[in-house]
Amino acid sequence: MPAFGTGSGAVALRFRYRKRESAMTAVFLGIPTAPRDVGHLRGDQSFPDAARGALRDGQLRANLGHATSTIRAKRARVVGEVPDWAELREAGRAIKAATMARLDEHLIALEEQVTARGGTVHWARDANEANAIVTRLVQATGADEVVKVKSMATQEIGLNEALEAAGITALETDLAELIVQLGDDKPSHILVPAIHKNRSEIREIFARTIPGVDPELTDEPRKLAMAARTHLRERFLRARVAVSGANFAIAETGTLTVVESEGNGRMCLTLPETLITVMGIEKVVPTWRDLEVFLQLLPRSSTGERMNPYTSLWAGVTPGDGPQDFHLVLLDNGRTAVLADEVGREALHCIRCSACLNVCPVYERAGGHAYGSVYPGPIGAVLSPQLTGVEDNASLPYASSLCGACYDVCPVAIDIPSILVHLRAEHVEAQTRTTPEAAAFRALSKVMSSPRLWHLAQRAAGLGRFLARGKPTLPAALPPPASKWTRTRDLPTPPRETFTQAWAREHGR
Amino acid sequence: MTAREEILGRIRTALGPDRAAPAPIARNYRTADDRSAAQLLDVLTDRLEDYKATVLRCAPSEVAQTVASALQATLGEHPEADVVVAPGLPADWRPDGATEDDGRPAVELAGYAATVTGVSVAVAETGTLVLDGSPVCGRRALSLLPDCLVCVVTGDQVVGGVPEGLARLEPLAPLTMISGPSATSDIELQRVEGVHGPRTLLVVLVG
Ligand code: SF4
Repeated sequence: MPAFGTGSGAVALRFRYRKRESAMTAVFLGIPTAPRDVGHLRGDQSFPDAARGALRDGQLRANLGHATSTIRAKRARVVGEVPDWAELREAGRAIKAATMARLDEHLIALEEQVTARGGTVHWARDANEANAIVTRLVQATGADEVVKVKSMATQEIGLNEALEAAGITALETDLAELIVQLGDDKPSHILVPAIHKNRSEIREIFARTIPGVDPELTDEPRKLAMAARTHLRERFLRARVAVSGANFAIAETGTLTVVESEGNGRMCLTLPETLITVMGIEKVVPTWRDLEVFLQLLPRSSTGERMNPYTSLWAGVTPGDGPQDFHLVLLDNGRTAVLADEVGREALHCIRCSACLNVCPVYERAGGHAYGSVYPGPIGAVLSPQLTGVEDNASLPYASSLCGACYDVCPVAIDIPSILVHLRAEHVEAQTRTTPEAAAFRALSKVMSSPRLWHLAQRAAGLGRFLARGKPTLPAALPPPASKWTRTRDLPTPPRETFTQAWAREHGR
Repeated sequence: MTAREEILGRIRTALGPDRAAPAPIARNYRTADDRSAAQLLDVLTDRLEDYKATVLRCAPSEVAQTVASALQATLGEHPEADVVVAPGLPADWRPDGATEDDGRPAVELAGYAATVTGVSVAVAETGTLVLDGSPVCGRRALSLLPDCLVCVVTGDQVVGGVPEGLARLEPLAPLTMISGPSATSDIELQRVEGVHGPRTLLVVLVG
């Protein structure tokens, strides 16, 4: 694809309309969504097409079913033991809402604090600009290799590809990210990007790709983790530049936070001379105290632990301890467009715990890849289409049964089902081209408003009985365009007689 | 226009001219704990053991001896100088012959077998030890690179929950919260202790 914008943000293809509910008219605001030519927010296929392939993969479904049921049980146990979970959840929701309402002020405060403590703050309008900033910063150090802490933001913007294009190797150090990177695969879960792979598949990837790996390597998780430790140890010790994301950034103190388990994060945040942190602008929280809420909500919701093994917090540069050159890149890439939607902006409250993925019946069956974006599952279904503009991810708001399980587990109470419905409405409204479905509904409404046409139509439905050949539902293989509808829905075989026909037979006219 | 001005401008446009003041945050969750100090020590022990850390309790006069025997049990016979301690660790907590971290290049710490540090705060309910970069806790690399980490915790450092713990901390310090040995659940969501950080965590609870 040609490059449409080079980070200036001047040439953006999609713009957001914000609706002022009072005026009931869409006000054109001109806030650009994430650019098309870069990053991983859009898939090559629509959700139903991608999901169809995934549903045929029995191994994938087995891996996902096993993993998500394990994590659901762990989460339920540790959330259940917290007597004030509801109060924490409400506080988490309120803090996020209050932050968004004053986002500009909190970002300015954060910048001031980070700068005062020896850090440098950069602003990136979109993925291209962020990639250019990070590439330039790495090049300035003379390094041609960076170690990376798992970060959704850098995946979203396609940073690894951008670095690679500049001749810089980006080494993922989180175990699951490493599995994905070595397997030349794509992440399929926010927390456990390799959730779709089981132990023997992982063993196979390690045996094939890690130089000098023990040929006797078994598929025991402990052995696999040790193979990753050995593989990365040397690289941590020689790394000069690290790239991380951030879970939280505290505006009033300039403190950044990375929550992790393995210690790869600590290695990256501690040993290199230069640290570059890329953070979506919505990750800021106003006060130090706010952390007391999120550090309780996040680990229990994500890994189902009372606390994750390691949380690192740092404010700017500490002489004699850790990186002496610290850069913070504040990334927009469509977030302000999301903010412009009064209903949809709640998606920016997400703390990326992944609990909504783990409970979602659609995710459990279709897997993360079907969503096409680095943000899969229920949160992805509301976030990705808003970041890109709904027309670029038009099938995602429909990738849900609206069962509400995602809302129930969300630690910051994001009402995902309501946002999905809101986005569906926006999508339908935005459609100017007539789809067969819309045409069918228009025709149906015409037929139903005329008794004569309705009788004719009911008689014609007898044809359906012929097609069904005695089965309770019509075959999925109806000719197009009807197949689009019946492929995903069971259409009951029409009855022998309509109610009006039966009434006429028994009672006369 | 700079990217900064443009992003801030977009935010202001998105929020519109008539923004309501955000509602005050209701902090109706627990911020205090009425359990006794002894109960909190028990909870902390239980949580740490759940993470597969080893907890040893001792009297204030027995710290050095407890640390030494725990190291002996974990490392076996080892050169005394293979143990590195935080520069501010009290003399009567140090095992005999231990090396003091003298600020050498951080990567050199990888050559030691074990580290002994103090902590700043411990949170009982989550089994969390917080190190704050002060002399008794040492710099961050010290509690990261050697494969065995020994943390000495005194009774007065133990609080009930996360809010009480954070209230005692200095937000500008380089903080590391440690809840058990390093671990991963990335393979079939099965927890495996010990990846890149120390694979063994020994906690000496004093008092
Ligand atoms: S939407 Fe809620 S449940 Fe889903 S990942 Fe975000 S915070 Fe977690």
